[in-house]
Amino acid sequence: MCAKPIKQDPRDKVGTTGHNWDGIEELNNPLPRWWLWSFYACIAFALVYSVLYPAWPLIHGATPGILGASTRADVAVEIKRFDDLNAPIKAKLVAADLTAIEKDDGLKSYAMEAGKSIFATNCAPCHGAGAAGVQGKGYPNLLDNDWLYGGSIDAIHTTITHGVRNTVDPDARNVGIVMPAWSDKATGAMADAATTKLNDEQVGQVVNYVLKISGQTADEAKATAGAQIFADNCAACHGADGKGNRDMGAPNLTDAIWLYGGSEATLTQTISYGRAGVMPTWGYAPQGSAPRLSEDQIRAVAVYVHSLGGGE
Amino acid sequence: MSSTDEPKLYAAREPIFPRRVSGKFRTLKWWLMGLMLGVYYLTPWIRWDRGPQMPDQAVLLDLSTRRFFFFMIEIWPNEFYFVAGLLIMAGLGLFLFTSAAGRVWCGYACPQTVWTDLFILVERWVEGDRNARIRLHRQPWNWEKLIKNGIKWSIWLLIGLATGGAWVFYFTDAPTLMSNLIHGTAHPVAYLTMAVLTFTTFFFGGFAREQICIYACPWPRIQAAMMDEDTITIGYRSWRGEPRGKQTVAGNGDCIDCMACVNVCPMGIDIRNGQQLACITCGLCIDACDTTMDKIGKPRGLIGYLALTDEPLERAGQHDKPVWKHILRPRTILYTVLWAGIGVGLVVALFLRSNLDVSISPVRNPTHVVLSDGSIRNTYNMRLRNKHGEDRWFVFSATAGGDVTLALDGTEELRVLVKANETREQRLYVTAKAGTVAASAHHMPLRIWISDASGPTLPDTGGVIPKAERIYKDTIFNGKDD
Repeated sequence: MCAKPIKQDPRDKVGTTGHNWDGIEELNNPLPRWWLWSFYACIAFALVYSVLYPAWPLIHGATPGILGASTRADVAVEIKRFDDLNAPIKAKLVAADLTAIEKDDGLKSYAMEAGKSIFATNCAPCHGAGAAGVQGKGYPNLLDNDWLYGGSIDAIHTTITHGVRNTVDPDARNVGIVMPAWSDKATGAMADAATTKLNDEQVGQVVNYVLKISGQTADEAKATAGAQIFADNCAACHGADGKGNRDMGAPNLTDAIWLYGGSEATLTQTISYGRAGVMPTWGYAPQGSAPRLSEDQIRAVAVYVHSLGGGE
Repeated sequence: MSSTDEPKLYAAREPIFPRRVSGKFRTLKWWLMGLMLGVYYLTPWIRWDRGPQMPDQAVLLDLSTRRFFFFMIEIWPNEFYFVAGLLIMAGLGLFLFTSAAGRVWCGYACPQTVWTDLFILVERWVEGDRNARIRLHRQPWNWEKLIKNGIKWSIWLLIGLATGGAWVFYFTDAPTLMSNLIHGTAHPVAYLTMAVLTFTTFFFGGFAREQICIYACPWPRIQAAMMDEDTITIGYRSWRGEPRGKQTVAGNGDCIDCMACVNVCPMGIDIRNGQQLACITCGLCIDACDTTMDKIGKPRGLIGYLALTDEPLERAGQHDKPVWKHILRPRTILYTVLWAGIGVGLVVALFLRSNLDVSISPVRNPTHVVLSDGSIRNTYNMRLRNKHGEDRWFVFSATAGGDVTLALDGTEELRVLVKANETREQRLYVTAKAGTVAASAHHMPLRIWISDASGPTLPDTGGVIPKAERIYKDTIFNGKDD
């Protein structure tokens, strides 16, 4: 505020702007001139800026600006910089023995951080952001201590690299091996894989046998009858004791963990119509293309999954 | 009634040449200026021994390791509430002082006021007092004006450089940085910060001055809401001074219109116009007027600290309300209580805080995991902060309504080593056997006990770990939800 108006009585000396609304007049307390100049300076700055930098929106994109500045390019440079910084530790990760990674603090902390984000991007859609899978949908929970194909770091690494029952990777786990549809009502490829056709009563008997060996309430008479059917048909994969077989991804039927659910209704559905879950390959690529994940990424995510609490 | 002249919507800044003045407020301001500038410039150089591997700077904002050191106090990022508390106290303190004694912050303590005061002092040393400065300002550019301005600006720049320099010393070890600055090996950010602060100090203190207070600072506006008719502030006793004019004319008041109060004002205002936004209540007009009153043999205090409620009393020839009656009123008491309450809370929190700092957050995705034997496992992410200057073992145990077992990720033992002054992230697994209360309940409280064992290596005491300190954290254990 310039000193002058304050020294004098505003009503007499400041004067008005001449604006008058119903008798209410606007006093003229002038703004400092430097304020006006800084306003002009801002306009000048904006003009210069809009020439030098991307500014005016067009239909596709914006005016590029003569300096060629691009935040996208900046980000690309930053990503490249981080990739270069990470190159040595990635090389070390690929070269290291799988079981040795977790004993090396530096490698482990890198693998955990990288694995976490790789998991969130690639694995979470099926296995869930928290890796708990989807109960009843056949997406396994990776946090528990039950593993279809083994929970060692090597087994996890192999599963991630090749996937399960996919039609792409010749080394995928369980190619051609499924839980067939045992019901005589079932049709299609899954039904063809079954060696025997079971009628509803027989299915019910096997279901009760499975309920029994998993420690749930079962009809004793049906279960006894089901034991023979189990031994004849199911034991080949699930084992005589029903504890499963990791070589063919046959689940342990005696524990508290179920891939699709352990209730009578779900078991009836599973035995009658079969199951054949699929996991894509992450490390295999046909000639001339790149795999979805590189070896260092697969190792990182394997270490991450192995450390979630159920690793063996 | 628009004036016949075209109204001017913009006005040039009118330069202000405050005259030298002496008196009790001027003396107080010199002392305060010396104290505050001294504290600001010298604090980074105070040393404080914290033992090996720790910085020995008494006040240090260590951004690289995210620590704040203040003498014996060390604040970690998770304790930022201390800083928030201090800021709230600063805010309430401003409310309190403003409602009790007006804009004392503006007049005596604000950096803008203090540095401007210092810059005006330099200006007076180089160019002389008010009249000499006005003369110099009005004369055309010649060698004298050039040299005097050159000297003045150089000194201002040096002060600005010292100001910016002192600022960066708060963020890293001052002697090391000083040496690096001189040898040109300091971080570019240090130079950039110093350059910015040098320029802003030079410009704000030398040229912008009262423009900052009037146009840039929100506080003059906010303070209107903080003050009331009992607030003690600087005012002109118009009932005593008016009509102003020559003493020889009968009927005139005490004000002889000597303009001393206007000439000393760093804001260029006339306090006789009453309370105004531009007045920072620096008290210099009181000194100026008292000097004049002494000369003409009138009582002091024509301009002085008073409250609006005193005016009717004084007009009626009565005594002012005592100062304590002005100050002690509900709002000031409320501000004091709030201010002190937060202060006491902070001090208590400061002394109660543990060197063992653990935060536990339960993993909620999923809430629990069923293991193959049917037992229920919960997972907790922990942050273990070791605030000791030495490596420490953190040892875990738990109490819960049911029987639970603990396990740590990555180790067979129930203890982890946390390095000195570091934070470690650690996952904790808590498992309840199938059929136990904990496994069947929807959820139940769980108390995790953490104790620390000192020493870089765990002493061999046959499994018994000497406990240095023991804290607990309460959390929730989720059972099978069916």
